[in-house]
Amino acid sequence: MATAEPFSMKRYLRPDLALPFCVGCGCVNVMSSFLRAAHELGHKDLSKFVFCSGIGCSAWIPSPYIMGDSLHVLHGRSIPVALGVKLTRPDLNVVVFGGDGDIAGIGLSHLIHAARRNLDIVVIMVNNMIYGMTGGQVAPTTPYGIKTTTTPYGNFEYPLDATRLVVSAGASYAARWTTAHGEELTQAVKKAITIKGFAFIEAVSPCPTACGRRMGFREVADMLRWFKDNSISLEQASEMDEKTLVGKIVTGEYVHREKPTLTDNIYRVVKEAQKSAAG
Amino acid sequence: MRALARKVLSGTHFWQGNEACAEAALAAGCRFYAGYPITPASEIAEHMALRLPQVGGLAVQMEDEMASLGAVIGASWAGVKAMTATSGPGFSLMQEMIGYAFMTETPCVVVDVQRAGPCTGQATKVGQGDVMQARWGIHGDYAPIALAPNSVQELFDLTVRAFNLAEAFRTPVVVLSDEIVSHMHESLTLPAMDQIEVVDRKKPKAGDSKFFMLPDVAPMPSVGEGFNVAVTGSTHDESGRRFTADQAVHQRLVKTLTDKVMNNVEKIVDFEAYNVGNCDVGVVSFGCTSRAVYETVELAEQKGVKVGFVRPKTVWPLPEKAVREMAGTAKKIVVPELNMRELYYEVERVVSGAAPVVSVNKVGGGEMITPEELLAEVLRSVK
Repeated sequence: MATAEPFSMKRYLRPDLALPFCVGCGCVNVMSSFLRAAHELGHKDLSKFVFCSGIGCSAWIPSPYIMGDSLHVLHGRSIPVALGVKLTRPDLNVVVFGGDGDIAGIGLSHLIHAARRNLDIVVIMVNNMIYGMTGGQVAPTTPYGIKTTTTPYGNFEYPLDATRLVVSAGASYAARWTTAHGEELTQAVKKAITIKGFAFIEAVSPCPTACGRRMGFREVADMLRWFKDNSISLEQASEMDEKTLVGKIVTGEYVHREKPTLTDNIYRVVKEAQKSAAG
Repeated sequence: MRALARKVLSGTHFWQGNEACAEAALAAGCRFYAGYPITPASEIAEHMALRLPQVGGLAVQMEDEMASLGAVIGASWAGVKAMTATSGPGFSLMQEMIGYAFMTETPCVVVDVQRAGPCTGQATKVGQGDVMQARWGIHGDYAPIALAPNSVQELFDLTVRAFNLAEAFRTPVVVLSDEIVSHMHESLTLPAMDQIEVVDRKKPKAGDSKFFMLPDVAPMPSVGEGFNVAVTGSTHDESGRRFTADQAVHQRLVKTLTDKVMNNVEKIVDFEAYNVGNCDVGVVSFGCTSRAVYETVELAEQKGVKVGFVRPKTVWPLPEKAVREMAGTAKKIVVPELNMRELYYEVERVVSGAAPVVSVNKVGGGEMITPEELLAEVLRSVK
C-alpha cells in the first residue's frame, strides 16, 4: 500500500535535533534507507515500531533522532532487550540498529542465538569495519592487513562474515548490501520488515573519519567507488574460489525462508499450558 | 489440576525456598522471566518455566546473564513486571545491566541466591559474600535496595515486596537470598489473592512528556503507547534527551536517582529487632546466619547475659537507626556472617565508635555459624 505522498526523512525525525554524524558517514544513508522503506510500506509514522540500539555511532541512528520509541542500551546488548520487547508486544515491529563492533564483536552470541531462535525482529548491522566512535581501533570485521590505531603494523587477524554466520544459525532472512547500493538496501529493509522471523541486514558503510583515510581513501566518494568496484554478487561469488574472494564484498540476498518464529512457538506453549492447567 | 491455573496458590504448603520465590513473583504480578542456569538458583528458573505459561506469562532461558537481565529490562519497558534469578558469578555479570536499570529507572527484580565465592568458589555451598556486590557492584553512584530473607515464608513475602518497591520507585531491586534459605524446605502460608498488597507503576497521562528523574518518581510509559519515549543509559534529562557533556544535568540526574531511594529510607527499611534498647551485647545478622541468633539469645540469657539483635530484612538500605540505638546500650556489637567481613564494616560505620564491633566469620564448605560459636563471642569479655 504505497502512499502517494513523497518521501521526507524529516517526517520521521524529532524536529529539534541535528544529526550527529560526520560528513560522509554511512549511518545517514542507512537511516534514509530504513525510513524510505517504512514510507514505501505505508507507515505514516513509526508508532508500530520499537527501536533498540547498543553503543557505537550507528546506535545513534534511532536514538533519539527517530520520532518513535527507542531503547538505547548497553554495548552489545540491544538484541536481548529487543527480545524482551518483542515477546511482550508481538504486535510491534522491533528493529535493532548496531555497528559491527556492537553486533559482531561484544554482542555476537546474542546475534547467533536470535537467529537460532528465529526471533522475529530486524537487525541492521552497519558494518564500517572499524570501531569508529572510539577512534578507529581494529574490529572483528576489519580486513586482513589494514592499519588501525590498535594494529599499527597492519591487522594480523581475519575478518568475520556475520551474514553467513546468521544464515547457518537459522535466520529467516539475511542480505548484505553497501551504502553505495541505496535502492537494493531499501528493498532489503522492506523485505526484512515484512517477513516473519529473524531478519538480518548487513549494510557495509563508510567511516571516512576513522577508517577510510587509514585505508588510503582521500575522499568519501573514493571509498564508495571502492565498495562498488569491490562488490560482487552471490552468483558471481559462487563461481569463484576462496582465494579470489578474499577482500571482496559479496552482496545480495543470502537467505529468504520462513518457519515458525520464537513468538509463534512460545505463545503456543503458553496456550497449551493454560489449557492443561485449567483441566 | 484446575488449581494450577491459579495465579496465587493460597493456602499452606511445604515448599523449597526457590519455589516460594517463584510463586511470590507470580503473586506480585510478574509475567516475564528470563534467566541462565546456575546453582543454587536454577529451581527458580525451572519453576517459572512450569508456572508462568499456566498464568499466561512467558519464561525464556537466555544465552547468558547479561542477556537475561537485558530481556527482563526490555519486557519491563514493554509493560510487564519481570524478574531474573542468579547466583554470585551471574550476579557479577549482571552488574552493568543493573546500572542500566538504575540509570533508566526500569523496575525489575534480580534474585541473587548467594553461594561461596569468590569466583566459581563452591557452587553448591552457602555464602553471604555478595553484600558489598549488591551495594557497590555497578560503576558510578548507586542507591541500592536489597532484601535479605531468612526463611521460606520470608523469601515469599520479600519477593512480593521486591516487586512492589521496584514498581513504586522505578528501580532494580535485589532479593539477596542464600543457598540455605533458597534450598531448604519449610511450611509457609500464601494469603488469599486479595490479601496480597500489589503495587503497580505510575503511568503517564496523554500529553505527558517527562518520564525520568522526577523527585517523586516519574510516570513510566511503555513502548508502543504513542509516547515516543527515548530511553538511554547515557546522561539524560526529564524527557530522556541525551546530555553527555553538561555537568549540571549529570549532577541533577545522579542526585535525583540516589535521592529517590535515600530520601525514602524510612519507607523502605524493614527489620526485626529484639531488646535493642536494653541489652548487654548486640548482634546484627541477616539471612541464613540470623537463624542461629534466636538460640544464642536463649543460651546467653541462661548465663545472665542479655542479648539484643537487629536483623535487617533490608540489607540496603540498612536499618541504621535501630543499630545505632542498640549500640547505645550494648557493651559490644557482634556481626556474624558467612564472609570475611562485609556487613561488619557497614555496622562499624553506623555505630561510629559508640561500642566496639567484633565479627564472627566462616566461609565455605556449607558450614553455618552455630549458636554455640556465636555464644562464645557474645560472652567473651562481657562476663
